[in-house]
Amino acid sequence: MSNKIKHYLGDKDVQLILGTLLRVGVLVSTAIVIIGGIVFLSSQTNQIVSFENFKPEQAKFSSVAEIFKGLKTMDGLAIIQFGVLLLIFTPIARVVFSIFSFLMEKDYMYVLIGIIVLCVIITSLYLDIAH
Amino acid sequence: MTVLLFTIIVLLGAFVAGLLGSLTGLGGGVIIIPLLTLGLGVDVHYAIGASIISVIATSSGSAAAYVKEGITNIRIGMFLEIATTISAIVGVIIATYIKADYIIVIFGLILLFSAFMMLRKKIDHSNNEKTSVLANYFKLNGSYPVDGGQKQYAVHHVVGGFAMMFVAGTLSGLLGIGSGALKVIGMDNIMKIPFKVSTTTSNFMMGVTAAASALVYLHKGQIDPAIAMPVTIGVISGATIGAKILIKTKTDKLKLVFAVVVVFLALQMIYKGLTGAA
Repeated sequence: MSNKIKHYLGDKDVQLILGTLLRVGVLVSTAIVIIGGIVFLSSQTNQIVSFENFKPEQAKFSSVAEIFKGLKTMDGLAIIQFGVLLLIFTPIARVVFSIFSFLMEKDYMYVLIGIIVLCVIITSLYLDIAH
Repeated sequence: MTVLLFTIIVLLGAFVAGLLGSLTGLGGGVIIIPLLTLGLGVDVHYAIGASIISVIATSSGSAAAYVKEGITNIRIGMFLEIATTISAIVGVIIATYIKADYIIVIFGLILLFSAFMMLRKKIDHSNNEKTSVLANYFKLNGSYPVDGGQKQYAVHHVVGGFAMMFVAGTLSGLLGIGSGALKVIGMDNIMKIPFKVSTTTSNFMMGVTAAASALVYLHKGQIDPAIAMPVTIGVISGATIGAKILIKTKTDKLKLVFAVVVVFLALQMIYKGLTGAA
């Protein structure tokens, strides 16, 4: 029984840290998106945009490498995309964190399940589907 | 349309989407995609890319509030994420090979279904009869705090629930939505998980699932920063305010009004897809 109570308290701590992690992730990425938005808008307010046709070949910053390259020149769109990338990585960080907490609980079955989920996500990072 | 005007319109629309999404529990994508495609003539590929970002934003934003209460069952979430993440990627691959018109029609049908699910009276099927061998093996049964004590619950039909999550994940990847309505069927009706646990756990899964498909969409060039910027800012601010209002107000009437709007949007999307106007 005492083991069970300890387990629950541990879970509580983990959940609290998880909540904070998510909040910080969302806040930081939104802030970066806003900064990128200001940089982007201040340079081309009156330019005409059209998204009526999907043109993947014209897509800017569609990979992690391109985003970092764009960051060096302080490109507004690259900054936005970096914020978006951070937002995408927030739930992924949550999975990584959960794996560690399962490891501390010595629940190896769930360490494995967490790693499987993480592997699927990492695969998606390298998946390049042709059009 | 100038960049500034486009940004302002999308920002306002995304704000409303985030607000209504959190008040009604339907998520942001339901409004973001029709707003962009029907309202602003944006290609559905870009709309899906923007929507998947809004799903992550609302999931992480509201999850931060939920996990503090300590009722998310991380084991159930993690276990079912095997199904949702794999199938989300399958969904994105399917999206690459089928015509955009079909995607729009499927989206419309899911919208109709979501509106129906939102209005349906929810019945809590949860109990504590530990009969499922798989639930025991995967340690899915759990408990949640109720004034002073702990309420135990048992998880049922693990295989059925897992299969349902595969469907939910596929549609999430295909359409760029959170598939909340389907996850509810899987967790509440099939696996008989109590509401308090299923709502927060499904929200936890949504972010992780969307992250898997979002990375593929990023590589495909479907996430355009000029659209993602106002969508992210609008949805997050709308959802944050929505979550604050939610504590104080009853949302029954709002849900009814919103369901009518969603049905209207759904029919428009289906019409657009069928007539090939996309």
